[in-house]
Amino acid sequence: MMIAKKISQIQTLIIDGKEVGGRSDETILQVARENDIFIPTLCHLDGLSEYGGCRLCIVHVKGLPRLVPSCTTLVREGMEVTTNSEDIIEYRKGILSLLFAERNHVCSVCVSNGHCELQWLALKLGITHVEFPYIYPKMPVDATHDRFIADHNRCVLCGRCVRVCHEVEGAHTKDVMGRGITSRVITDLMNNWGESNTCTGCGKCVHVCPTGALSEKGKSVAEMEKRRQFLPYLKRMRERS
Amino acid sequence: MTTKKKTKKRSSELTKEESMPKELVIEPVTRIEGHGKVTIFLDQNNEVKDARFAVTQFRGFERFVEGRPFTEMPSIVERICGICPVSHSLAASKACDAILGVRIPNPAIKIRRLLNCGEFIQSHALSFFHLSSPDLLLGFDSNPAERNIVGVIKANPEIAKSGIRLRQIGGHIVEWLGKKRVHPAWVVPGGVNEPLSVEHRDMMLKEIPEALEIIQKTLRFFKGIIEDFRNEIRTFGNFPSMFLGLVDANGNWEITDGYLRFIDSRGHIVADMVEPSRYKEFIGEAVEEFSYLKSPYYKPLGYPKGMYRVGPLARLNVCNGFSTPLANREWAEFRDLERGPVLSSFYNHYARLIEILAVIELEEQLLNDPEILDPHIRAHASVNELEGVGCVEAPRGTLFHHYRVSKEGLMQWANMIVATGNNNLAINQSVLQVAQHYVKGDEITEPMINRIEAVIRAYDPCLSCSTHALGKMPLQITLKDCAGRIIKEVVRT
Repeated sequence: MMIAKKISQIQTLIIDGKEVGGRSDETILQVARENDIFIPTLCHLDGLSEYGGCRLCIVHVKGLPRLVPSCTTLVREGMEVTTNSEDIIEYRKGILSLLFAERNHVCSVCVSNGHCELQWLALKLGITHVEFPYIYPKMPVDATHDRFIADHNRCVLCGRCVRVCHEVEGAHTKDVMGRGITSRVITDLMNNWGESNTCTGCGKCVHVCPTGALSEKGKSVAEMEKRRQFLPYLKRMRERS
Repeated sequence: MTTKKKTKKRSSELTKEESMPKELVIEPVTRIEGHGKVTIFLDQNNEVKDARFAVTQFRGFERFVEGRPFTEMPSIVERICGICPVSHSLAASKACDAILGVRIPNPAIKIRRLLNCGEFIQSHALSFFHLSSPDLLLGFDSNPAERNIVGVIKANPEIAKSGIRLRQIGGHIVEWLGKKRVHPAWVVPGGVNEPLSVEHRDMMLKEIPEALEIIQKTLRFFKGIIEDFRNEIRTFGNFPSMFLGLVDANGNWEITDGYLRFIDSRGHIVADMVEPSRYKEFIGEAVEEFSYLKSPYYKPLGYPKGMYRVGPLARLNVCNGFSTPLANREWAEFRDLERGPVLSSFYNHYARLIEILAVIELEEQLLNDPEILDPHIRAHASVNELEGVGCVEAPRGTLFHHYRVSKEGLMQWANMIVATGNNNLAINQSVLQVAQHYVKGDEITEPMINRIEAVIRAYDPCLSCSTHALGKMPLQITLKDCAGRIIKEVVRT
């Protein structure tokens, strides 16, 4: 009976002209990746809930009036999805450019240089320069924690640290305050990280951070390599128990 | 060359007072690292009264590093320069070692010294072969359009080729250690972040015989032509001054670790075995309105009497000798040029070649030491001291980095005294000397411009990160009256 139910949930759709199939509880992003179709993402991370915040994974679904984020849109029977049209790529470049313009991303002197998802995406999408004027905000660096540093100059507000802290570690030390470009990731009720009562010091937030915004203390430029392989494994083990 | 009159007022119409002092401005100075400007002041008899060498760029590194984690400093300060990033990263990392409060492992000390050898070879080769050899080989009065590295390739392809090759050999050391030839992120607080591989050690060793041959040949060649530059030797910054340089525990020549030694113009040691962290007791920094570059001076003598020189010439003057045989022999011959310290800044070129020989010998010694491959290359610690000073010899002279951090390790304050800063007063003095000798009346002549530029180049000044190796920048010389009005302007394009 169970097997029959699952089979009935298989949906067939077309992504970039290719006929593919997926379960009805899967997102367009998941099915695309299962079929080696590239869709860039920043706020998505395997093992965390979907947030749909960065909008880099936007795709076009035939019949819908606007582009939709593929990470939060479930597949449906007969869907026709375009992931890489010229328009979509331009939108993605625009989104990335705005991220660069919004804070102070100086790759050459960043702890994550060479291991940064933002940098990798910019290279992958062929961003050679940013057309928007840089804002150069004066952002604080929180080095009060014994082992970690939070440098808001490099934060893209993807919210991965917030989700991993809440969903996996269960501490919910991190959150986001403010609106729009004044938003900022905070610790507890906007305390210094080093003074947090809730932080367990597990370091998961540091390792899921896509840029050099969160790093381990003492790391020099280009030395901060992140390890994220643990996350889907942790999640699976929790679900089993 | 074009000449144009800028003011409507004829000089005969000027009042006596207005026509008295005049200014000659040379801007930009070519074939040096960065942008400089020379102003020559004439008195009412058209005699040179004063000359100033000004740095017209403001870069603000000391200010904008404030608030950054100190662990980023070695890489941030590398961006000061594309020629000597290694020197800055070494000075920075030593200041950071002091903040960590650690003594870095021996293999790390050695491998950092090896890196500095590479830096010296490539930077000195650039200075001698690419920037200065056009003057030396083709003559100061040769056609400016030809007087560049391309002209050298045409006139003396062997010298040009070997210069390029030598620079490549130096660059290889930096690249094979730090994975990047320019701005490697390899030197870190507490040591370095990767050991030297056997393969790269062997590749470096393989290039040493060729490098030695090139430098010995060049030294022989240079000693053969040096007599042709009697006039330049006499007038290019040939004046008594103090000298500063690092020496090792035995008083021998040293470039990476060591102690400060000041000597006076007669060669007497006035301060010796000074820990670089005490530099502030000996060096003061004056600020002049006309330049963004500060003027350091020897504190006990005051400003501007405490003028001192740093760089290749200074290092050879302050040391008791070299610990490597070939360089030591050359050093003895060099010091025979004069009774006391060698005073003419023109001899910087000669000293630079001897130093290349010394670092190649030193490189060989280091590479043959089995400890150079030891993977124990980094000490780890958190902030233990809130202040640290780092000092190395950069190719252009003694370099100081001085940092203060918060207890969390964020930069609060930085002071950097770079080699060209140390030489600032001496460069001014040298420009004045050359101007007094070569400027005749209010005419701006080609030989004058060439020699003023060349004397500045003798110090191989590094004014910023930009390089103008082909000397193609336009040269502008302006003659001003006392009211600041331009009465004559010459533009060389």
